Amino acid sequence: MDIEAAKMIGAGLAVIGLGGVGAGIGHIFASLISSISRNPASRPQVFPMSMLGFALVEAVALYALLISFLILFL
Amino acid sequence: MADPLHQFEIHPVVHIPLGEVNASLTNSGVAMLAATIAITLFMTLSMRGRALVPGRWQSLAELTYEFIGNMVRDNVGKEGRPYFPFVLSLFMFILFGNLLGLLPYSFTFTSHIIVTFAMALMVFLGVTVIGIIRHGFHFFSFFMPKGVPAVMLPLMIPIEVVSYLSRPVSLSIRLFANMMAGHTMMKVFAGFVFSLGLFGFAPLAVDVALTAFEVMVAFLQAYVFTVLTCLYLNDTIHLH
Repeated sequence: MDIEAAKMIGAGLAVIGLGGVGAGIGHIFASLISSISRNPASRPQVFPMSMLGFALVEAVALYALLISFLILFL
Repeated sequence: MADPLHQFEIHPVVHIPLGEVNASLTNSGVAMLAATIAITLFMTLSMRGRALVPGRWQSLAELTYEFIGNMVRDNVGKEGRPYFPFVLSLFMFILFGNLLGLLPYSFTFTSHIIVTFAMALMVFLGVTVIGIIRHGFHFFSFFMPKGVPAVMLPLMIPIEVVSYLSRPVSLSIRLFANMMAGHTMMKVFAGFVFSLGLFGFAPLAVDVALTAFEVMVAFLQAYVFTVLTCLYLNDTIHLH
């Protein structure tokens, strides 16, 4: 197979993992909304943890993107 | 259309050749100097009034100080106090670096893996050395979680070691990839504005929304880097 075609296919396969990341971010914010609506006073404690969780999940998205770019361009 | 990756190129601003070594001041170095000067001016000039009831600038400086102070106290505990100046400097440097990169024609020095990896490596090595000095050889009991049956130990210990060694990698890649992806996206949409002609206001509106999003990401990434530093520090100081 042509190496350029293989790179394109590999880059496309690498970003399939982003589907899981979308589900993960939605899960974090769903639990944030439901926990704040159950107990609005817990907001100052829960919100920073949710921001940390969101950034950690988004990092996985960027790892997948990084690997895709590495396959495509290196 | 211009290359969206052209904005990340490093070129020298002040040529300083030291024999074999190219010690020039680059655009990345100028951006770092600008961030440092901005932080110093912000902190010192805001606190100049020393009012008991703070005005706007003094409130900002005090809020930042207390935010990081509370973060260190909540995540590391009382033993974390000596490390508070380092954590505050780290947070302000990354935050101002991210924010200054959003100005037009400026340079985001945190969008280079070598810069973020240097910072993450310093944090990782510092945290490990602190743990080894504090606990001696007992530090390596960190890799043996409690309540694990002896049969699973040959599997668990390599897993723990690898996940510990992956900390500087994940810390640096998170910051670098966020900054690089954000700026590349903004450049790509900016490239569409002119080429679409009359309908160029659509990618322009997207670019405005994207810039607002990038401001939030700048704060968030600085916060996450700092909070993870505090958590890693907590890991090596306690839980042994």
